[in-house]
Amino acid sequence: MSAEIEPITGRYLRLTLGGIEQRVYVEEAGSGIPLLCLHTAGADGRQYRHLLNDPAVTDKFRVITFDMPWHGKSSPGPDWRNTEYQLTAETYSALIFAVVDALDLDRPALMGCSIGGRIVLKLARETPERFRALIGLQSGPHVAPYYSREYLHRPDVHGGELCAALMSGLIGPDVPAADRDETLWYYAQSGPGVFKGDLHYYKDEGDLDADLAAIDVTKCPLYFLTGEYDYSCMPEDTLYLEKMIPGTKAVIMKGLGHFPMSEDHDLFMTYLRPVLDTIESAAREAAPR
Amino acid sequence: MLTVESLPDRVNSNEPLVRRGRYVSASMLLELGSASYIVRIRDGRIESVEPKPAVMPVWTFTLRAPREEWDQFFAHRPKPGAHDIMALMRRRVLTVEGDLHPFIANLQYFKDVLATLRDQEGAQ
Repeated sequence: MSAEIEPITGRYLRLTLGGIEQRVYVEEAGSGIPLLCLHTAGADGRQYRHLLNDPAVTDKFRVITFDMPWHGKSSPGPDWRNTEYQLTAETYSALIFAVVDALDLDRPALMGCSIGGRIVLKLARETPERFRALIGLQSGPHVAPYYSREYLHRPDVHGGELCAALMSGLIGPDVPAADRDETLWYYAQSGPGVFKGDLHYYKDEGDLDADLAAIDVTKCPLYFLTGEYDYSCMPEDTLYLEKMIPGTKAVIMKGLGHFPMSEDHDLFMTYLRPVLDTIESAAREAAPR
Repeated sequence: MLTVESLPDRVNSNEPLVRRGRYVSASMLLELGSASYIVRIRDGRIESVEPKPAVMPVWTFTLRAPREEWDQFFAHRPKPGAHDIMALMRRRVLTVEGDLHPFIANLQYFKDVLATLRDQEGAQ
């Protein structure tokens, strides 16, 4: 057989979330330090496919990603046609802990992008002891609305086409064309109203200055990486986090946008590699000799 | 000067772009600082580009931004933040108003139409 089989394993988790049994799709590859990865609003875990396929990462890390309920191959909520989906900080963090507990992950490193880059702020503030490191990609404290979200979910506008069109400018101009196209395809595939529902958390629930000041990075290291072509979470938004949270540093990634992990893996790794090396050496120092 | 008048040539010869806009029939008022053009589109093809008439102009929706913002947007290699009309909206320098349904429902088409004015001799 000549076809290449990727080293990624996909399975379904049965989780009870908010009293409802949900079927959540999980992919993983590699072994070692658990590295749990959170996809962006209106997308799914495929955004991390390059990371899952990179032996330079999976040799030392057990890379795991999952599709949030309503996204990718995970099931929507029951009676979805009569339900307006809305993500909140509470439901999002409860989901993350449900996955961590179900997979029995021991203080994983957690990397989230966009909404995932936002939730790391709450996790850093409230439950730093549960993680060995937190990485925020495209992290900002809040985003003021700059277009009407009502257009994202109405029968006379194709939601998938609109989501892809909205995202098309959030990608670095020189990334590989195939990666740009696939990144947009994930958005074109998202279910009706899902991106809009995720944006409830992203745009209506922000982190206040007092929330940011309450983060103590001596309890859990917190890293920020942001692409320069992102106008959703703009570089200045991440630089604001750096200013407000002592001990953090915002690295602005040249040539990348809102989806560094799926836009251009090689370029992204030049920024992520030093962070992973630091996490790995900390684990080595902590290991019993 | 920007060659907004070259839009019909740039768009109508671009088959995938015309196909993308095949359900678009609308008039877009483009305001570039003090210069205003009405771009009439039918079935994805640019029918005409004319200065906004002084008397009883009719259009569907407006895109309005200061001239210097458009100049940066139309640059061969626009800087981050000047590279997409949504980026201009995010920075509150581009105003979109009117009947927005055709614009939003065909957002990629309108992004691509405007991008045809980019590069080459676009911003002379």
